[in-house]
Amino acid sequence: MSISTKLTQLDLLESEAVHIIRETAGTFERSVLLFSGGKDSIVMLHLAAKAFAPARIPFVALHVDTGHNFPEVLEFRDKCVEKYGIELKVAFVQDYIDAGKLEERDDGTRNPLQTLPLLDAINTNKFDAVFGGGRRDEEKARAKERIFSLRNEFGQWDPKRQRPELWDLYNGRHKPGEHVRVFPLSNWTEFDIWQYIAREGIELPSIYFAHDREVFQRSGMWLAPGGWGGPKESEKVVSVKVRYRTVGDMSCTGAVESCASTLDEIIDEILASTVSERGATRADDKLSEAAMEDRKREGYF
Amino acid sequence: MSTSTRELLRFTTVGSVDDGKSTLVGRILYDTKSILVDTMASVESASKARGLTQADLALLTDGLRSEREQGITIDVAYRYFSTKNRSFILNDTPGHVQYTRNMVTGASNADVAVILVDARQGILEQTRRHLTILSLLGMKHVVLAVNKMDLVEFSAERYAEIADAAAVLATALAIKYFTVIPVCALIGDNVVFGSESMPWYQGPTILEYLESVPVSTIDETEPFRFPVQYVIRPRDDKYHDYRAYAGKVSHGVVRVGDEVIVQPDGRKSTVVAIDGLSGPLQEAVTSQSVALRLNDDLDISRGALISGFHTPATVSDLLIANVSILSDHSLNAGDRVYFQHGTKVVLAIVESVIGKYDLNSLNPIVFNEELRLNDLGVVKIRLSQELPLDRYAELPRTGSFLLVNQFNGATIAAGMITADIELEPSI
Repeated sequence: MSISTKLTQLDLLESEAVHIIRETAGTFERSVLLFSGGKDSIVMLHLAAKAFAPARIPFVALHVDTGHNFPEVLEFRDKCVEKYGIELKVAFVQDYIDAGKLEERDDGTRNPLQTLPLLDAINTNKFDAVFGGGRRDEEKARAKERIFSLRNEFGQWDPKRQRPELWDLYNGRHKPGEHVRVFPLSNWTEFDIWQYIAREGIELPSIYFAHDREVFQRSGMWLAPGGWGGPKESEKVVSVKVRYRTVGDMSCTGAVESCASTLDEIIDEILASTVSERGATRADDKLSEAAMEDRKREGYF
Repeated sequence: MSTSTRELLRFTTVGSVDDGKSTLVGRILYDTKSILVDTMASVESASKARGLTQADLALLTDGLRSEREQGITIDVAYRYFSTKNRSFILNDTPGHVQYTRNMVTGASNADVAVILVDARQGILEQTRRHLTILSLLGMKHVVLAVNKMDLVEFSAERYAEIADAAAVLATALAIKYFTVIPVCALIGDNVVFGSESMPWYQGPTILEYLESVPVSTIDETEPFRFPVQYVIRPRDDKYHDYRAYAGKVSHGVVRVGDEVIVQPDGRKSTVVAIDGLSGPLQEAVTSQSVALRLNDDLDISRGALISGFHTPATVSDLLIANVSILSDHSLNAGDRVYFQHGTKVVLAIVESVIGKYDLNSLNPIVFNEELRLNDLGVVKIRLSQELPLDRYAELPRTGSFLLVNQFNGATIAAGMITADIELEPSI
């Protein structure tokens, strides 16, 4: 009998991700999937469901809510959680601000404030494996990230303690109080993610598709007004046809001008794009050349 | 969308900074239009800050600040680009520091290795070491990029001299498919585009080679290997008796109806169903994640190996292996370690250090009591229990393992079970 199976690059990436998810579930006590309702985390949830079907996903989901999330995305997040039958825990940055444990920044950005609630949630729930949707193509600091990334009890990434990863053998040994961040999508590119979403017919929040939105310009980015503090008096709000390439805190996630309203149109647009996903839309990465690296060392992803 | 049927090729680059490796990698990314405007802008501004008049493509692959500050090197950086028919994952290993460890790591997941030499220097001791390591790792496809051809006036004679010497070496080291390409990474000759300065060269450019080299094909005759990762048991009314063994096929092909053996116990069974990630399948092939259902109600858990019934792995608690030392701690006879193989981890003891490869003289093995970081050596290992083992040269994914420090969890060494292993057959 001749072999009829031919694995494409998407099949191989899917199998690799599922292998990593199953390794984690098979070797850690308490895993958790970080779930924001953004496209990468939706793909993660989809893969986790496939990895254990027809059984339920054997771990919970966690979202750190900055309080400045897009309402459409939060609504979608809850719909997803129900559909996949996974339990969702939410940690609120606002609670920490109210309790005086965190302070609002002058620029209104709450992304850096997510680290403490995240680490607290990891510690109190005794999570030892934390799934993230990070990809190595996103940014220079991530190009060297491991699939199993060891973090100390402060959530910090120490380059000296990262282990070489050979073949498909992952070493997740850690001390009590430490945990491992697991990145099953490490080898996917933005383009792979969109192709996979199209192939699998995965639903996404509406803000990924072109729509008319009230926005204003700041540092060359289209930001959406909201409770987070924008716009300033000098910033003029206009209506523009936009979509989002990434989804994060409203204060630092920019929209791109676009007419792409279907998956195929988005894929064509990405192919033609000359600016990276984060470069186009994330103010938090623009702060300094080593911005992402600094945040990773502090326990952010 | 035709693009969703692309193939995937993983390759690794080997060579030191002096050979222009960063420039070559930068050139591949730049000329395949994989560098986006904002990334290029930051490279240009960094180049300007260093007083350079044009963008230094080597900066595209510059290390992390924390590495520079601490004077350490993270072993592998992963880079991604694609052409019409293929997606590429580049395991980019740093040249200078800890190169053996880095090379082994980068090459372990690669189908192809690209080695760089400086056309002025030719084959150096370092090149021999690189080729020897790739040979030990069983790398089938190796390309020698003879770089800086501009500095030898694009001389066909100089190229032929290096190519001939390299071919002799590759043959001696039993590297199966060996190709030599003259390039100038700085200007881009024969990297992505051809070369006007070297009309005498008729062969492929680096990219043409990478686009046409056969990707790891699935071999029908290869013994089937399937390490069990996880047992799927829904325990609800609808799937009351459902029990499937989840894993990724390490080697070979499995079909519904195939007879299999569960190792190390040696129980026989038959595959009644293969549940793929998008539904039932008739067959599953190497690298595919699936779940197998067997017709007997066996008690199988994570760590078991499901093999083809007629081609089982050898079950043994003693093995001889090549090891590459990856951590600062040396490896000595008598060391107790964790042995991580497939989906199984057992205690093991290093029974003896047989020797160390002398990569400089190509003299295979010299006696040595301890193995240190970056050493490649041969050890005899005794396991606390019998495991199903294969030889790395035949079945690399079930012929490889990690040695893990019992106390701090560090990965001490990567191991490859060698052909001269003497094991009792299991049946």
